[in-house]
Amino acid sequence: MSEPEGETAAPPVRRALVAGHADFAFGLVSAVDLITGRGSVLLPIQVKGLCGDDIQQLLYDSMMSSGARVIFTDLQAGSCTMAARRVLRALGEGTLVAGANLPMLLDFALSSDPDSAAAATQAAERGRAAVSVHGGTP
Amino acid sequence: MTIVLNRIDDRLIHGQVVVGWGQPLDVKFIVLVDDAVAESDWEQELYRMGVPPEMEVRFHSVADAARLLDGYRTDGRAGIVLTGDIATMARLVEAGGVRDVNVGGIHHRAGRTQHLRYVFLTPEEQDALRVLAADGAVVTAQDVPAARAVPLDELLATREDA
Repeated sequence: MSEPEGETAAPPVRRALVAGHADFAFGLVSAVDLITGRGSVLLPIQVKGLCGDDIQQLLYDSMMSSGARVIFTDLQAGSCTMAARRVLRALGEGTLVAGANLPMLLDFALSSDPDSAAAATQAAERGRAAVSVHGGTP
Repeated sequence: MTIVLNRIDDRLIHGQVVVGWGQPLDVKFIVLVDDAVAESDWEQELYRMGVPPEMEVRFHSVADAARLLDGYRTDGRAGIVLTGDIATMARLVEAGGVRDVNVGGIHHRAGRTQHLRYVFLTPEEQDALRVLAADGAVVTAQDVPAARAVPLDELLATREDA
């Protein structure tokens, strides 16, 4: 990630968690970083081999340690989405966006809106609108 | 069609079940058997949110499921029976007529050892699977349709580093 170097560098400000199947999170976050240099606002979560309860605990711990209150997940039916909904319910706060894609995360990473929930909502719209089909059946 | 899969998966409804198995097998309903989920409207709504509109989800306690599974087997559509643990599936083998058991996902937890990338078992859970087989069930491990179904003996003999 593109972060300041040196012993005095401030830790990155994580504004959101990204979680999903296999290497989804690390792949997308690395792409965001390559394109914008701001991948460090997103914290990728690796859940391989974890049961649902452990995913839930990992998301909770990551939110607590990072301060992030937004979670992006890949699949509405995914175990990360299920776990995230339980975490947000327990916390009584936070925003979950299921169905994340690269345009969505780019928009979020580049957002200057200090309200992370509002930035996530705006990013979700951008991600939804960024899907297009070319060619094929008219 | 009928029940095409009796699956043990501690994540219950998730991507592998809905997309990985659901799409190629044209699954139209899931019977989720879990006493706690059967008692919770919030949990049921959570799982319903995860399936496409054309896929029905039924929630049952273990006792109700054991009684109702024969009816689901005569359904003209393809369906999946889903439990979150071995003990629940064992009761369906004993009292619900289940004869084929798919170990689809039992993930890491303290006290479990890794057998496959997606199967971690305690010694007690290993014994429970042996009992299922002794009761006449064909037990295999397979996370997705494209993977090989691993027979129980091979599953229990396999150890992988976490």
